[in-house]
Amino acid sequence: MAGLATAFGSGAMTNSIKEFAKSKCLLVIGSNTTENHPIIGLQVKKAARSGAKLIVANPRQIDLCSMADIWLQQRPGTDVALLAGMMKVIVEEGLLDEAFIAERCEDVDVLKESLASLDLDKIAEITAVPLAKIVEAARLYATNSPAAILYTMGITQHTHGTDNVLAVANLAMLTGNLGKESAGVNPLRGQNNVQGACDMGALPNVYTAYQRVDDATVKAKFEAAWGVTLKDKPGLTLAEMFGAAHNGEIKALYLVGENPVLSDPDARHVEEAIKKLDFFVVQDIFLTETAKLADVVLPAATYAEKDGTFTNTERRVQLLRRAFEPVGSAKADWEITCEIARRMGSGGFDFRSSAEIMDEIAKLTPSYGGISHERLDKEGGLQWPCPTAEHPGTPIMHKEKFTRGKGKFTPIKYKPPMEETDEEYPLILTTGRIRFHYHTGTMTRRVKGLDKIRPEELLDINPVDAARLGIRDGDMVKIASRRGALAVKAQVTARCAPGVVFMTFHFAEAAANILTNSALDPVSKIPEYKVCAVKVEKVVPASVMESGEAVSVR
Amino acid sequence: METINLTIDGQQVTARKGATVLEAAQESGIYIPTLCHHPDLKPFGACRMCLVQVEKMRGFPASCTTPAGEGMVVDASGEQVQTLRRQVLELMLAEHPHACLTCWKRERCGPTDTCLRQVAVDDRCVTCPKNERCELQRVSDFLGIKEVRLKSYRRQRDIDRNPFFERDHDLCILCGRCVRACQDIRNVGAIDFIYRGHRAIIGTPFERPMEETNCEFCGTCVDFCPTGSLRERAFPFAGVAERQVRTICPYCGVGCGLVLEIKGDQVIRVHGDREKSVNDGQLCVKGKFGATEFVHHRDRLRRPLIKKDGTFVEASWDEALGLIAEKFKEYQKRPQEFAVISSAKCTNEENYVVQKFGRAVMGTNNIDHCARL
Ligand code: SF4
Ligand code: SF4
Ligand code: SF4
Ligand code: SF4
Repeated sequence: MAGLATAFGSGAMTNSIKEFAKSKCLLVIGSNTTENHPIIGLQVKKAARSGAKLIVANPRQIDLCSMADIWLQQRPGTDVALLAGMMKVIVEEGLLDEAFIAERCEDVDVLKESLASLDLDKIAEITAVPLAKIVEAARLYATNSPAAILYTMGITQHTHGTDNVLAVANLAMLTGNLGKESAGVNPLRGQNNVQGACDMGALPNVYTAYQRVDDATVKAKFEAAWGVTLKDKPGLTLAEMFGAAHNGEIKALYLVGENPVLSDPDARHVEEAIKKLDFFVVQDIFLTETAKLADVVLPAATYAEKDGTFTNTERRVQLLRRAFEPVGSAKADWEITCEIARRMGSGGFDFRSSAEIMDEIAKLTPSYGGISHERLDKEGGLQWPCPTAEHPGTPIMHKEKFTRGKGKFTPIKYKPPMEETDEEYPLILTTGRIRFHYHTGTMTRRVKGLDKIRPEELLDINPVDAARLGIRDGDMVKIASRRGALAVKAQVTARCAPGVVFMTFHFAEAAANILTNSALDPVSKIPEYKVCAVKVEKVVPASVMESGEAVSVR
Repeated sequence: METINLTIDGQQVTARKGATVLEAAQESGIYIPTLCHHPDLKPFGACRMCLVQVEKMRGFPASCTTPAGEGMVVDASGEQVQTLRRQVLELMLAEHPHACLTCWKRERCGPTDTCLRQVAVDDRCVTCPKNERCELQRVSDFLGIKEVRLKSYRRQRDIDRNPFFERDHDLCILCGRCVRACQDIRNVGAIDFIYRGHRAIIGTPFERPMEETNCEFCGTCVDFCPTGSLRERAFPFAGVAERQVRTICPYCGVGCGLVLEIKGDQVIRVHGDREKSVNDGQLCVKGKFGATEFVHHRDRLRRPLIKKDGTFVEASWDEALGLIAEKFKEYQKRPQEFAVISSAKCTNEENYVVQKFGRAVMGTNNIDHCARL
């Protein structure tokens, strides 16, 4: 979360899930909360029912729209413009929290300058949101305190995801909605332990707790602790790795528990890259589409067969407790990795339990310093920063001051999404998740009930577009982008705005990611999932096509 | 915390200010029978099981809606109170199977035993999925119901099924917990009381299948049902769990606390953790109904696989790890050609070990995970 770290010094959710029920205003942007984070959705609904103002900004008509005071249906990829418009209104109408800005933040002038040149009518045009609604939303957000902003993939999964996040941060700082209860900037994390994977340094440029690999003191600390010499040059990011594998620079890959062949945008590119590797090892619980390409596959244990910790989206470290012995001869991932290291003659991998690993983490990681399995077992979850064994954890961040000292405003310029529609590809495809499945479906597709309720991919298309293309509900259609094409069943619904179509990426048979864009955000390198230009046409006769059957491009 | 003192069944108890008489009793370990009450729901006062007698108060107030007052003297189990409760329960049981409830031998019967009283199968507790976990049983036992003198009536409707749970209308006591949970806690309102009088049941508008309503299949209604009416479809007769394991949901970043109810080597049910959890006992469909089936799925990888001539061959750990160690060693000399991808599905400890492996053993910072999805 490069954006938030720039603004505040920390990239995680600033507040906690249960605080939302007591917010006076909630701005839910790019998050289909009830669908993707149902239990957080409950808190949002609770707040709305007890009178909080609810602003939903989403190109699709999500469930929360029915409870919202305002629904802003911005065009996909125009979040920054929308947020900038709201900020301009707040500044012009003098709704900002001057005291907070003066005391806690810096560079507000830079932001104000960048807003001065904005034309609100132009913003209304770009976003396709009527100006009156932008103004109303800005007023609601600025005058009902505490106000919290919730966002997810919708906002980070853009080429300009980092800009989006910075815009959100600006908005919250302008109105003094940080460092207090029921407010804040709250990125809702998708997968169960994304937060933890980042915290633990499963990133190319940092060790645990975002300690930079190019910082000499940090390097010296880890060298002393691990007894090795370490590199100070940041490594390759995920997308760069596949690029490097493609042109032969990366030759061996060790992959633990992921399924990039399905989940990565531009899935075909990834598959080709993997096929070029000389040696490819996968650890997973199933023989996934990715694992099938491996030279060696190692059977891993599921969450129910191991202990350890996950860190949830609100920075809460929580304990998993082993319920069963692993099936067959499967082992926990940490055991496998340690064993490989030991066989290679390396020291420092003699852990007898995951609790011992946590003890080492605590020693090297300031924000996890006070965390141990023993404490978690007794006290329940602990929210980092939790520096010492006596520290109760931190539900609300940036209370007295920001992690980086002052909150930093950044000027924002709206840039259009990388891939624009044109005559040949006139529709915008956005992708997302639905409640009944998870990620690439490796686990949920094997749960009979879940698969029965939602057994196949559906392409949501607006009735207007459908009528123009002669598509009826349930028709098999061909959807094509500049990268690939596939067949899928159409679902005609007004939930999608005209010009926009939607599908998920849970289904191997119709892997939406064949279509999506691999253009990357220049800073955080999150693939642009949300916006991709496509064309849709009816397949005749429908009966000869199976869902997901690959269709040749053009 | 401000407290008040009162007397319940002759026992001096201290309760927090604002507590109801029922809560005051429960918090001091005094049992008052309830059916429509659930701690997560607002008091309803409909089943009349919790009625008590209070000195200087008229009638028999429901303890779940009566605020506890300083110096109150409450009779929660006197003969008069118990008799009244029994009468109300008898009315309820006339519309509910009660052969086993009124049989002295129930505790010794198993589902395969022949009933000495030749009671029909669907009239017996021992063949009900809720047997021994049922709140109606507990209340009935507490009140010592010996017979039901009223004419029996059964709704005799088909069981409503969806992929996750089912509703047996004949076991429903119309306590409304499921309706209120769906409305007040989940804010969905997929179900309600439909029809009136004798025909009253819980159902969906126009009795449409659940799949066609806005039901989210969160399972809260099932967790809240005091009887066997609502029950999970998986392992219906598994009975009481042998052990429970508190853990964390493997799906999304909310990190809900799960309680796995286990019998043998099978998870028979899952419910939300109510203690020190982010979810206060609530779950979504993935946590409630989707978190365990894949654990023992037949597709699980059970042995290491090595690809030989394009096909996978099962191998021993020794062989697989030996091969990997040998190959990886070659790349220790050329770390720029090596990369590690860790996982947002793995634990913190695993991510730590994996990045340490990449950095300390392989000498590369080419480490990432799929968080960016
Ligand atoms: S719901 Fe309870 S009382 Fe009724 S048959 Fe089942 S176990 Fe017996
Ligand atoms: S499963 Fe959840 S949404 Fe569906 S009826 Fe029950 S409580 Fe309501
Ligand atoms: S189904 Fe269960 S919870 Fe719902 S009214 Fe009937 S007995 Fe009560
Ligand atoms: S139960 Fe649902 S909301 Fe809770 S962690 Fe699991 S997937 Fe997320």
